Amino acid sequence: MDGLRRHKSMFLLPGLLTLFLIIIFPLLFTIRVSFSGWNVSNPQLDFIGGANYTAMLHDGRFWASITRLVLLAGGTVLIQYLIGFGMALLVWREVRGRRFWRVLFLVPMMTTPVVMAAIWQTIFHESLGPANDLLEVLGLTGIPWLTESGPALVALMTVEVWQWTPFMFLLLLAGLLSLPKEPFMAAAIDGAGTWRTFRKVTFPLMAPVSVAAVVIRLIEASKLSDSVYVLTSGGPGSSTETPGYYLYIQGLRDQQTGYSGAMSLTYLVLMIVTLTVVAALLTRAFKLKGDS
Amino acid sequence: MRSRPYTGLVAVAAVAALTATACTAQNEEQQKPKEKAALFKPGSDISYQKYGKNYPATKVKDVPGPCSYESISRKDYSGQTLKIISHAVPVIGEPTQLHAKQFEEITGGKVEVVNVPFGELHQKILTPLQAGQPAYDVMFYPSLWIGDLAPYLAPVPEKYLETPGMKDVTKAYMDVATWNGKVVQYPVDGDRHYLKIRTDVLEDPQRQAEYRKATGKELRAPGTWAEYQEIAQVFSGKDFDGDGKKNYGSAEVTKRDDLTFSAFISRAAPYVKHPHVKGGVFFDPETMKPLINTPGFVRALEDMVKAKSTWAPGGANFGLGDEIFSFGGGQTLMSYSWDDAFVQAQQPDSRIRNKVQAAPLPGSTEVYNRATESWDKMANQAPYFTWGWTSAVAKASSHQQMAFDYLCFFGNEANTALDLTIGRFGVNPYRNAHFDPAFWEKQGWDKDVAESYTSTLSGMEKSSNRVFDLRVPGVNQYMSSLANGVAAALAGQSSPQRALDGVAKEWSAITDQIGRDKVRSAYRNVVVLEADS
Repeated sequence: MDGLRRHKSMFLLPGLLTLFLIIIFPLLFTIRVSFSGWNVSNPQLDFIGGANYTAMLHDGRFWASITRLVLLAGGTVLIQYLIGFGMALLVWREVRGRRFWRVLFLVPMMTTPVVMAAIWQTIFHESLGPANDLLEVLGLTGIPWLTESGPALVALMTVEVWQWTPFMFLLLLAGLLSLPKEPFMAAAIDGAGTWRTFRKVTFPLMAPVSVAAVVIRLIEASKLSDSVYVLTSGGPGSSTETPGYYLYIQGLRDQQTGYSGAMSLTYLVLMIVTLTVVAALLTRAFKLKGDS
Repeated sequence: MRSRPYTGLVAVAAVAALTATACTAQNEEQQKPKEKAALFKPGSDISYQKYGKNYPATKVKDVPGPCSYESISRKDYSGQTLKIISHAVPVIGEPTQLHAKQFEEITGGKVEVVNVPFGELHQKILTPLQAGQPAYDVMFYPSLWIGDLAPYLAPVPEKYLETPGMKDVTKAYMDVATWNGKVVQYPVDGDRHYLKIRTDVLEDPQRQAEYRKATGKELRAPGTWAEYQEIAQVFSGKDFDGDGKKNYGSAEVTKRDDLTFSAFISRAAPYVKHPHVKGGVFFDPETMKPLINTPGFVRALEDMVKAKSTWAPGGANFGLGDEIFSFGGGQTLMSYSWDDAFVQAQQPDSRIRNKVQAAPLPGSTEVYNRATESWDKMANQAPYFTWGWTSAVAKASSHQQMAFDYLCFFGNEANTALDLTIGRFGVNPYRNAHFDPAFWEKQGWDKDVAESYTSTLSGMEKSSNRVFDLRVPGVNQYMSSLANGVAAALAGQSSPQRALDGVAKEWSAITDQIGRDKVRSAYRNVVVLEADS
């Protein structure tokens, strides 16, 4: 029996080796790099202690990008959840052309983020873009979408919501389709109306899927950088920079390898802690509601 | 303390790499091309037409010489492969590909071209060189990276320096190609920032009267940044060309990560480059203290912030492409940057073709004297030689002769003449022959336009008060920091002084990180360039 178990565990080796090569080794190497002065003109692993971490603590641009991302991710994921749930509820019911709507809703998600951002860049173009044309038709003044800090953040959020609401829709629709029919039948027999059924049955039953969907989207949103790159390049000033984009600038463009290593590790730890806490809080909150 | 972890792994990789290199490296004899019959007769007609509809029908004569079609086609490079890295298509990437194809056709050698977006080019070139692996034989890149790349570049052999084409390269661009006394870059382009303005407005009596009424001054191409602002202000937001759409005063490159640093240096040049104070505008060459937050630079940033009111909608986030489109497409009255916007305006289908004029960058009426730390009242102009594309051969390349022959062919007289006429190629005048107005008139340019263009460009060669790019190791980091400061001021996130104070602080940190002596030693090359002018 022991021999068989040993034999079986051999099958894990390729997986473990791959895991080591593509995750563990790069992670260990990044930790080492983060304590080095490796930069564009000095590609050496000189040990410089915690200098990169000290510099990072004083880097206002890095911390501002994290604060901005928390607001961006929190805001967009909440909007995505609300719209995605609404769309899933619509299509869950027997509506005309249900299959067509399902496919249509998924189109934005299937488009490459860079392409999507490029299209939205055209839409938000101040003098040629349809967004301002529409405002003018309505008698309103055009908005400097990409050249003022506030509107640029709104533009970025719009693209995020547009692209990733379908993902939320897909997960939540799958959740709705897998719900048992009995609680709904019982609610109907009890004479519960639509809103009461939603509040007391649908929403609590959807809690596990909702938590999973929100956490998955938050993980994805924490990596937001491609649409920033295309849409605003972090500007105006640095007002739309996210940690992912800032890491790209420091690590790849300016080749501050050691420094960007320190920042990426710190960011990784911060994200793991934050998302774990958020997941735990959401689970608890939904469970409480479910129990009630 | 220097250390390399995972020593065993590194050692194995190094042995494998060295073995692979040793197996593929060629000695000088193997590199030499075989002789074959020429495919072209001396003076043959050369045109790009067979390569697609996107190329003009223009024909030029193959000019006899060692780089000509006739000479290069005598060489047989079959069995050898050249690896090239260049910028994305079309700017410099397209001519790299086109000439690679032609080179393959006429020499039988194989040429592989990798095109990389601007943001990744530096890293893709430098990392393999630092690792000692010649991933590419030939590299095309912005010439200001020389401070990072020079240690890895093969000096251009004497026989190529003696070719007529190379001897005709302007002094400024030969100097740009030179590092510590050796020519290590092969010139393929010459870039300068200069002013472009629409003459249909400038010469229109109605517009002249309008300007006189508003300012009490005569309307003419601006000689100072203050005049530039006045003109831009008067005409911004008006339909001055009667096409039913609003026009604007100025188009500038303002998008943070899209060469904004060059635009800002153009604006700062006359305020910071004092003709009587030698020794560098970016740093004090003795102490390496950054000068980027001194009053001249601050004044320039204040000017740039003021100019916001004269930009077209979206102008605060204009990349180079937007600036080209805005001026070249007739939206704005003036712009300043590379040749592209001017060449775009002169395209055969342009509605402002032959309604434009080139002029030197605006100057100032006072200049900051960093020696006395005060402003000197004097008319000042300072042309800015802003980088330009260049090329080089890796010192570690095992196909150096083929590589230099390719570059020699790339820049032969016939190819250059045709490349200059294709705006999207990004190849701009860098040889004395390119400053002949007759050449541009043959392309359909009016005499006045051609003369304003060539005299503006060649006039900069004669100036004795020029500004060059920083060109030190880590230049991208310095310029990225500068662009960030400029963008912060333009976005209203901080005042010009505060933004540039921040940049100066970052520059000091970058200098410390790279090594003060290393940066100082490299910076001397820039100071010498400016002093030689």
